[in-house]
Amino acid sequence: MASTAPLCAHVRPGFNPSLGPAGMTGVPALTLFEKIWDAHLVRRLDDGRDLIFVDRHVLQETTSAVAFENLKRAGRGVRRPELTLATQDHIVSTAPGRDEATNPGGRELLALMRANAYRHRIRHFGVDDPRQGIVHVIAPELGLAQPGCVLACGDSHTSTVGGLGALGIGVGTSEVEHVLATQTLALSRPKPIRVRFQGRIPPGLVAKDLILRAIGALGVAGGRGSAVEYAGSAVEALPVEGRLTLCNMSIELGARLGFVAPDEKTFDYLRGREFAPRGPAFDAAMAAWRSLHSDPGAAFVRDVAIECDRLAPQVTWGTTPEDVAGVDDRIPDPASYGDAGRREAAAKALRYMELAPGVPLEGLPIDIAFIGSCTNGRLSDLQAAAAVVRGRKVAPRVRALVVPGSMAVKREAEALGLHEIFRDAGFEWRDAGCSMCVSINEDVAPPGSRCIATSNRNFENRQGPGSRTHLASPATVAAAALAGRIVDIRKEARA
Amino acid sequence: MRRPVSTVVGTLAAMPAPNINTDQIIPSAWLRTATADLGNGLFGSQRYDEAGSERPDFILNQPGWRNARILLAGENFGCGSSREAAVWALVQFGVGCVLAPSFADIFYENAFRNGLVAGVIDADAFEDLRRAAAAGPASYAVDLASGTITGPDGTRWAVSVPASRARALMRGDDEIAITLAMQPEIDAHFDRSRAATPWLFPESLMERPSR
Repeated sequence: MASTAPLCAHVRPGFNPSLGPAGMTGVPALTLFEKIWDAHLVRRLDDGRDLIFVDRHVLQETTSAVAFENLKRAGRGVRRPELTLATQDHIVSTAPGRDEATNPGGRELLALMRANAYRHRIRHFGVDDPRQGIVHVIAPELGLAQPGCVLACGDSHTSTVGGLGALGIGVGTSEVEHVLATQTLALSRPKPIRVRFQGRIPPGLVAKDLILRAIGALGVAGGRGSAVEYAGSAVEALPVEGRLTLCNMSIELGARLGFVAPDEKTFDYLRGREFAPRGPAFDAAMAAWRSLHSDPGAAFVRDVAIECDRLAPQVTWGTTPEDVAGVDDRIPDPASYGDAGRREAAAKALRYMELAPGVPLEGLPIDIAFIGSCTNGRLSDLQAAAAVVRGRKVAPRVRALVVPGSMAVKREAEALGLHEIFRDAGFEWRDAGCSMCVSINEDVAPPGSRCIATSNRNFENRQGPGSRTHLASPATVAAAALAGRIVDIRKEARA
Repeated sequence: MRRPVSTVVGTLAAMPAPNINTDQIIPSAWLRTATADLGNGLFGSQRYDEAGSERPDFILNQPGWRNARILLAGENFGCGSSREAAVWALVQFGVGCVLAPSFADIFYENAFRNGLVAGVIDADAFEDLRRAAAAGPASYAVDLASGTITGPDGTRWAVSVPASRARALMRGDDEIAITLAMQPEIDAHFDRSRAATPWLFPESLMERPSR
């Protein structure tokens, strides 16, 4: 890429065949992935795939309706409804005080989710339930996801729960049906790879900047067929919610799975949550969770290091998440790419984004600022944004919205007075849902508008037909909302 | 039981860009109901303008390619969202086979579950087919048993579909029925797991909601 940023990612080619210290005693050194996967292996299938037991199955309304319909047609039931949890998040209205009818376009799928959950006696946290929220926000916050568990969901961002040391598997609707009917998945075994974030995260930067940098370095297909373990000093330093953000965007690396080894922070996070173990069971769990790490010398198919010390806040400029640069960089010249396909794709992206090569990212005017999504809709994300916003005003003509990732996040934020900070500044303060990340409800960016967003995809038309998206961290999005243009939050802090 | 698939015969259309994502294949506008006409929505954002009229420059709107049965695509086809509607849209449009140097993981699984052949081709075959498709619409035949695609002049290229997957397609396997036959083994696994890691299944979870 044409970026002037120091090249801070290098690939250590390397398959490490040694068994390491554990190997000396005759026990093979295992990766965290292998430990969890193998504990869930029901059987290796004749076709080479593995049949994996699913401990938790989370449903959302847009990818489950057809699964239930097909199940009914085949005369099949739900094998373990107690291990299943449903919510409504994708197509719900986020208008404060909404119900299932507020967004008329969503009525059919919302009603189907409710009816299917009722018929099969599946827990359903719909828009009328205080526990409603985005699947990947509520699974951790309810303690449904735990270290060492396998959680499946018909949504590509299911790897989010990897932030707790769980294997979150995103699947399609046929596989949702397969899990409903059998509580298992037949999957090709992913290859373990490791991404180590080394050094210290500069002040003001967060997990979002780290994962965007990794996607820029490895590309959107870099993790295909892989189970990515995120490790290194910067990951150890991240709070649990930051690790959830990091793992959330594993699919933007093309990876099947993404996770972080659990530690004391993980255990503290889970203690007391609704579906977490309690009392002596929690202590027993903790003892077992402590063994959930990759053994020294465990073999990774690929081991990548990313240096964080000099990382700049990351902002995307194109139409895939790998089109990313430091906020102090300029838009790259497509001609600078060696690969013809990449050159063509970058040129097309710039045409769509209405951007010219060489223009600084900093200073680009924006029309909309969106804070929310399963990537950055948690309390710490709203706190980071509120810290920037406090006492200031959204720029004229900018639409700025905060959509908490769950109703629990919304309540916690309100208890801290964050809603006042946002509202006083001119932000909309909405109810929980996927909102302008997938724009399948009424939260749509108009054609030609430029939106800076804390979400995860900057595809063409993602936030609405003709909309243009720049992905960034909550603080960077909040600062852009105030300035009406993309700004470098490091300068703001110094000013 | 799914309809068995052994061959896919028909026009080859090329959309050779890498990283075609599932938002492109089926935009979210077609995902708002359970009963949308997904074939009509295939590549909706590229196929139609703001007024809903066909864009004449889009390949599947051009004479000769409107009934394409085989799609040639670039690397990492089907990346992004897990939406299986991307596969349903291709199938409902009439596409029976996508050929690409590589596929995104979730799309690849979704394809086989719906009898859509996702065949991997090497770089040379991709280049040859891309050039051939650009020359004009013509009929090709993908054959699972031999793992090949044959052009109008008899030229053949290898199409890689894992043998077990190809057999499953040709038999029209119902994966759920196959797994259900292993139910005792699955139940035994669950019992062992519950005994070894009881904290994974706390009472707060195992008690089902009352109606």
